This record gives sequence, structure tokens and C-alpha cells, in this order.
Amino acid sequence: MQNAPGETVGYFEHDADIGIVGRGPTLERALEAAAQAAFAIMAEPSAIAPERELRVQFEEADPEFALVTWINALLAQSREQGLALCRFELARENDRWRGRAWGASWREGQERGTEVKGATLTMLSVKRTAAGWEARCVVDV
Amino acid sequence: MDIAKLRQVTPCSWSLPAREDDTRAPVLLYGTRELLATMDDKVLEQIANVASLPGLVGAAMTMPDAHWGYGFPIGGVAAFDADAGGIISAGGVGFDISCGIRCLRTDLHLPDIAPRLEALAEALFRAIPAGVGQEGEFRLSPRELDAVLEGGAQWAVREGFGLAADLDYVEERGRVAGAEPDCVSDLAKKRQRGEMGTLGSGNHYLETQVVERIFDEAAARAYGIREGQILVSIHCGSRGLGHQVGTDYLVSLAKAAARLGIRLPDRELACAPLKSPEGLRYLGAMNAAINCALANRQILTHLTRGVFEEVFPEAVVETLFDVSHNTCKRETHHVQGRARELHIHRKGATRAFGPGHPDLPARYRETGQPVIIGGSMGTGSYILAGNPEERNPAFASASHGAGRAMSRAQALKRWQGRQLIDELKGNGILIRTRSLRGAAEEAPGAYKDVDLVAEATEQAGLARRVAFLRPKACVKG
Repeated sequence: MQNAPGETVGYFEHDADIGIVGRGPTLERALEAAAQAAFAIMAEPSAIAPERELRVQFEEADPEFALVTWINALLAQSREQGLALCRFELARENDRWRGRAWGASWREGQERGTEVKGATLTMLSVKRTAAGWEARCVVDV
Repeated sequence: MDIAKLRQVTPCSWSLPAREDDTRAPVLLYGTRELLATMDDKVLEQIANVASLPGLVGAAMTMPDAHWGYGFPIGGVAAFDADAGGIISAGGVGFDISCGIRCLRTDLHLPDIAPRLEALAEALFRAIPAGVGQEGEFRLSPRELDAVLEGGAQWAVREGFGLAADLDYVEERGRVAGAEPDCVSDLAKKRQRGEMGTLGSGNHYLETQVVERIFDEAAARAYGIREGQILVSIHCGSRGLGHQVGTDYLVSLAKAAARLGIRLPDRELACAPLKSPEGLRYLGAMNAAINCALANRQILTHLTRGVFEEVFPEAVVETLFDVSHNTCKRETHHVQGRARELHIHRKGATRAFGPGHPDLPARYRETGQPVIIGGSMGTGSYILAGNPEERNPAFASASHGAGRAMSRAQALKRWQGRQLIDELKGNGILIRTRSLRGAAEEAPGAYKDVDLVAEATEQAGLARRVAFLRPKACVKG
């Protein structure tokens, strides 16, 4: 849970829950990295085969609400389909967002992390940085 | 927390003095100097934000186990009057709507289970779906799920999960009124299809405990417990459905608040007036999620009974009490001598009705409601009894847990799951989990001293200690 310089995925401190950080050269890549951070809390991505795909789409003008909506949409779909996710792609056309994610069904014996219940508005921030974009919020676990 | 910012009101309550330009309501923090000193300053900031919300009655309060949450602090209590423009806040309830504890009382004692503790732990681990991604064996159709949302634990008992007698010892007899399944999104319902009868993850658990110490003999008699007796506590909530209700309404209420001109010091306090269409829709959806949680704990009770029937065929397993700690409930309270209908937000706080309350089952009416403070898997938990309203100034609320003392990230740096589980086994506590990471995050040392929390809860007049429970076997989510 360390934030090394240059890493696209990171975490920050919160008493009861977990702060996630995603960074990237564009807004979309930063949001993809934030999703990676959120889902890595539940399962080690390298232990998941990207064999099944799910798609989400939503409309949101506010980039901060878009971060929360994106992660919550992925949480909902992955839970509904019983998937652990490891790879994420997001594209934006004005206020329309289309995302894809890949993963696999949970396996018996697979090491589990901690369930993420939802992305919250706490410490929510999506902003430009010198290196590109950074997206962060607290996720409820 | 910087105690210098506070003014001590009683030995166990503190106020946050308002600045001259402050228009917020009073803030009261319950706890000892020692407990408050360990809290993050964010707790103070968050509860001061709550005190600025419209229609608040009395003070915005924190319980002795408070810690930094999102929007509301965990351990936050706030009462709102719908007729005075009071609001309902999704952040004031949380994502895990109606998370709570069902405590079961068995007629077994420690010598009865000690030789078969490993077998019991294994059987419970097999029977109770626990951990992220773990689904239950019950699949519900959309129509059945709507019946769950309307009927709560009463639905579960009708379907054969448990006993009618259980319902006497569940808040609202297992079913809250005002549930509106139509206000729950299809996505929320889909998320719940495979999750009825599951424990979840994080700090959720199913723990076999022994009553190690009795503090109040009369109350313990009323609750049917004595030293050495085996109890089982089930800590979980409304699972995916509740999480999705929280998700669905968080952004929509934040936008509604902006549209309605409610100034939010923190967007996470997303709220709408109780009498607004948005507020009413959230209230209906939240009540449906409460019923979902009550049904879930009823099914888990049934599964637990099945395990005890298998391992200890002669054992009797009864519900001692079921109480939620993430809710907003309409209740009648006396404020300055006048009875008022209020909506009490308790986020990480337990309802604690006192003796004589009409909503209590006859067996507990003289004693007061059992209040359950769930501790860590290595230390223990408490059962307390609610105090009369004149002694509890927190709208009949009390602490709900030990409260985290450090973040999950810090806990992961300090403990390793396997090593911790082995250490606890050495102390006579068996842990069963699918998540070593989760075990490390939930290390006993990551929590406050539950003894201090229970003592402070008693000193503050919120509830009085009845019994201390020591964990023996824990299925961790």
C-alpha cells in the first residue's frame, strides 16, 4: 500500500476505509488506474485471468462524479456476474463514458482480499497534475 | 484529536465550542479523555459538518468508539425533525445499510464445546458463505426479493429460515414499516440474487463466544446468560443490495442537495429534506434495505442452528437480540419535555432503548434493550443494557464496536495474516477465513481497547455493562 513516484496505482490513509489513487497521462487512463487500485483490494490482479469481459456505460459531465460512477458501476456488474476483475479500459465522448473490464469467476481456494462496498465522495478529487491526471477517493470496505 | 479544542461537560462528555460566526448546532462527543485523544481530528471536523445540516434537533453527537468515516463519522448520531425541514442523508447511514449484530444464546457451556471446537469452527466455515465473491445457496426470483424487502426477517421465518420466536428479539419484530421496493433499483436487486444468507467481508464475522464475566446479575438473568455459557454473534448487513442503494442515492442526493439549495460542507453528507420526493424515495429504499439485512441475519441464524444441530444435536440455540447500527429510524423522543417524532441517524451507533420502552419484548422491558458492542476477534465483545431516557441524552444511542485505532494500511504493514491466525490459535481462538489480508487488516491491535469503550459507554450513561464475551472461534468475512 505504498505510493512510489511514477506508479499509476496508489493508496492513501483513512481510518476505517481505504483511499485509492489512480494516475495517468489522460483523464481516462487515470480513472482506469483508480479502478485497478479499487479491485486490487479484493483480489491480486496477477492471479486473475482476463477471460471474461463486462461493459459499462454512463453519462456524467463532472469528472469527479464520473470516477465514483465508473467504479460503482464496475462493482455492481462484477458482483452481479460473480467476477474478480484485473484489467480496465475507459473511453469518453463528451459526457458519455464507455468502459470495459476483464476478469474471471472467483475460484474456490483463491486468496481473497477485502470486499469494496462502494466508492464514496469523501476526499474525492480528479485533477490535472504536472504529469497528467490524478483521480482519488475513499472506498468503503 | 486536539482535546484543547473541546470543553469538558461531564467526566465523559465534551462539547465543541462554537465560533462567534458559527451557525451550526451544538456538538457533543462522548468518551474519556484517553479515547478522545486517540481519535483523528477528522472526527471533529465531520461531526461539526453534521451539526450544520438543516433541521437537526439537539446536538450532533459521537459515541466513545467514534472514528473517521465518510461524511458522518463512524459512531455518529444525529436527530432530524421532518416538520422543521430536517433531512435524511445517505452518508449518515452508510453503504452497509442496517449492518448489525444478531446474538444467539445457546444452552452449551465451555466444557461442552471445548473438545469439539475445531469441528464446530470447520462446520461453521463450511456452512456460512463468507468473504468477497462468496455466494449463498439461496437464489431468489425478483418477486421473492420484493417479498424480502417488504417482509424482512418475518419473510425469512415464513419461508422456513428459523423460528417465529426469533422475531420477538429482533428490532421492529424483524420488519420495518415504510419499505418501498419500487425505490430500489433493478441493479441493486440483481446484486442481491446470490447474496442472501452471506456474511460479507471486512469487519463482518460469525463468532462463537464464551461469557467470561457478568457485570449485572439481574440484567444477565433477564437476558438468559451466565458465566461460561456459549453465545454466537453474527455481524453483517444488507450485502450487495444495501451497497447499491447507498451507491444509487449518494450521487443523486448530492445533486438534489445542490438543487434544493442545501449547503453541504462535505459532499458525502448528500441529503434531501425528509419530506422532499428525493428524501422520501431514499427513505423507502433504505427501509427496504433494512428489511434485507434483517432477513439476511435471520437466514444466517438458520444456517448456524443447522451447524449446531450437526455438531451438538441436543443444543438449544435462541435469539438473544438483533440490533442494527447503520440506520435512520423514525422514533419518538422527549426533547425539553415534549414528545417529538424524529428521524435518528445512527452510523456506527447502536440503538439503546431503556427500561419500559414499549417496543421492547416483555422479557427485556424491565431491564432495557440488549446493546451489543462487537470487539475484535482477539479481545472480546460486550453486552450492555439500555438506560432510561433521562440518563441517556443521545436519543437512546450507544457505542457499536471497539472502533479502529489504526488504518487498514497501517495494520497490513504491522501484521501478517497467517502469523496472526497462528498466534490467536495459541491463545485458544480459532480463526477461519478465505482472506489472510483481511485477517491482518482486522488484527486485534488495529482496534481500540474494547474495555475502555464499554467503560466509557457506561460512564457516559449511554448503557450499562452486563457481560463480557471472549471469542473462541471466528469465521471472518
